[in-house]
Amino acid sequence: MDLTYTEEEEAFRAGLREWLAAALPKLPAKPSPQDWPGRRAYDTAWQRTLYDAGYGHVHWDASPTQRLIFLEETEKAGAPYVGANFVGLLHAGPTIASEGTPEQRARWLPPVLRGDEVWCQGFSEPDAGSDLASLRTRAWRDGDHYVVSGSKIWTSHAEVADWCELLVRTTPVSEAVPKHRGITWLAMPMDAPGITVRPLRTLAGSTEFAEVFLDEVRVPAVNRVGDENDGWRVTMVTLSYERGTAFVGEVVACRRVLGEIAREARGNGLWDDPALRRRLGRLAAEFSALWRLTQWNVSEAQRSGGVPGVGGSVFKLRYSHARQELYEAAAQVLGAGALDLGHEWSLDRLSSLSYTIAAGTSQIQRSIVAERILGLPKGR
Amino acid sequence: MDFQLTDDQRALRAGVRELLERRLSAPGSSRGSGRAGPPGSAPGAEDGLDRGLWRQLGEAGFFSLMLPEERGGVGLGLPEAVLAFEEAGRVLLPGPAVASFLAAGEVAGAAAGETVVTAVDGTLVPWLAEADVVLGDASGAVPLRSVDPLTPLHRVPGTPGAGRGVTEAGRGGPGGPGPGVLLYAAEQLGSAARTCEAAVQYARDREQFGRPIGAFQAVQHLCAQMLVRAEVARAAVYAAAVTRDPLEVAGAKLLADDAAVRNARDCLQVHGGMGFTWEAQVHLHLKRAWVRAQLGQVAEEAEEALASAL
Ligand SMILES: Cc1cc2nc3c(=O)[nH]c(=O)nc-3n(C[C@H](O)[C@H](O)[C@H](O)COP(=O)(O)OP(=O)(O)OC[C@H]3O[C@@H](n4cnc5c(N)ncnc54)[C@H](O)[C@@H]3O)c2cc1C
Repeated sequence: MDLTYTEEEEAFRAGLREWLAAALPKLPAKPSPQDWPGRRAYDTAWQRTLYDAGYGHVHWDASPTQRLIFLEETEKAGAPYVGANFVGLLHAGPTIASEGTPEQRARWLPPVLRGDEVWCQGFSEPDAGSDLASLRTRAWRDGDHYVVSGSKIWTSHAEVADWCELLVRTTPVSEAVPKHRGITWLAMPMDAPGITVRPLRTLAGSTEFAEVFLDEVRVPAVNRVGDENDGWRVTMVTLSYERGTAFVGEVVACRRVLGEIAREARGNGLWDDPALRRRLGRLAAEFSALWRLTQWNVSEAQRSGGVPGVGGSVFKLRYSHARQELYEAAAQVLGAGALDLGHEWSLDRLSSLSYTIAAGTSQIQRSIVAERILGLPKGR
Repeated sequence: MDFQLTDDQRALRAGVRELLERRLSAPGSSRGSGRAGPPGSAPGAEDGLDRGLWRQLGEAGFFSLMLPEERGGVGLGLPEAVLAFEEAGRVLLPGPAVASFLAAGEVAGAAAGETVVTAVDGTLVPWLAEADVVLGDASGAVPLRSVDPLTPLHRVPGTPGAGRGVTEAGRGGPGGPGPGVLLYAAEQLGSAARTCEAAVQYARDREQFGRPIGAFQAVQHLCAQMLVRAEVARAAVYAAAVTRDPLEVAGAKLLADDAAVRNARDCLQVHGGMGFTWEAQVHLHLKRAWVRAQLGQVAEEAEEALASAL
């Protein structure tokens, strides 16, 4: 049990800090949340800056511990988030890196690293959410193309993406073909004819995600990663790619916000309420433990040579709940002020409601923990 | 950074587990053995402290784990002590183990398990009548009808958390909680992990409606939450053992108390009517968890300490 970082890790941290201190003041002003082209430009410019400084590869090549340090330091320094680069850097990219052909890797990976191209993830469908494998968007072969029809939903960044990692059904479900078997992974250019993107407004008021309608969209067959009908496996290979580092920045941010909430309460007199103090004290324990659990999971990934464990589900269950609880405490401190969306915490409180839904709902995570970690019989 | 158990730490944990399980499930020593005894003959503190066990633990180096080698100890650190106490928590080791551990090297015979040492902890004194040495001022102590049949308790006058009779075993010095707090947390962690395992085992074995109850999602999700509590507490307890940071210790105790109490309750629920019986071991975990939650550092103290540092 060693919590000290090696000399090499500390050198990496020091170099990064120094670079961030010099690079961040040169950042342009943050675009408004509704200015999607502006946000894309801002996010990709940041990725380009990281790339030029030699940090563009961190998510792919660095050790789990270096990634932890990278995410911790960039958050502490107030650097931009991965934002629009998320799917390219953390899902589609790693999928292509591990399952793609040399030509596919050469075509798609460098533009992601340089911040030239943005990806989105077209997995969920109106009738296939938690039960993703029941997806129905159809694709059939026509010469050297696939023709795709159907619809996707909740597609984050669809409006500004160049590519979509798309899951399609190439073989209908039948007695002989279970639902996981007939799925294929395609890289779909978002400017192809037949694609309609309809932004969806979230309860926080912004248009974070969209519906994507596909009407006989022609996708070159060379854009298929992995074999036909092997898309489920191709996707699962990288589904837990993050190796314990998925929420590093978020936990750092939560600890900062908790400090700010305490400051606010000290200022407005609510600090005299022991019940509130104790609530905040408990949250401090919570986020401190989540930070240690992150280090635990990262060390485990480091030891196992990067093989992701199912520990991510344990972490996500607790973290998503704790973060919601954090903003409930913030609302208590703000009192009537919590009704004012002009306050950052009020908006964050609304956003936090998605944490127990996105990327596998808490119910699904509990079933994963019960069946895959605890070995309980398959539920029903 | 390598925040995982070393091979030596794994070996130590396995060794302690083996010793405790062998000893505590031996015939005639049914306490906390994990076996349902015959009705009416449930283990009780009225049986007194098992001094043979105490000496055996002493011989094995349990109490002298952190004592430097030149003083006859094993010379290990707090992380190793935490692993040992986690095992003690798993098997519900009866006796004032934390106080005796902290007295090793200070009180003659404590390290060897010859002298049983207890300590005043807030307003409570566990095992007062059986102990050879009592640290702190136990004058005016009156016996309680202890909720935990495996932990006799006395109460001394004073207010909880006011620091009366502060000993190393309990609330630590002015610098914050002492190692004793973390050892209680480690016991809570062991208990939380054990009740999670017990619930999972029962959920696999017990059948209703023609299938194992563990196939019902409502039961599955109870078990999943138990694992989450135990694993979050584990990260907190282990990290606090490494850093010894008073706030991390406070947080670890808080989360471990919570994990132990709530896991025991969920374990009881998963056991159905069986969980409500004296024979099933679940109630012993719950009752001990309640006791330990009042020892070392209570939730209010931990939360206030954590809040004041924000
Ligand atoms: C902010 C946000 C961003 C997202 N971005 C993307 C994206 O970029 N690309 C993409 O493909 N998807 C995206 N998603 C979709 C997300 O993955 C799904 O919302 C999620 O998988 C749940 O699916 P669903 O919404 O259809 O809910 P449903 O699956 O319909 O679930 C509804 C309720 O039923 C429960 N439930 C369902 N099945 C079970 C079961 N077996 N046992 C117990 N309870 C069950 C759920 O827990 C939930 O409470 C995003 C979602 C959000 C909120």
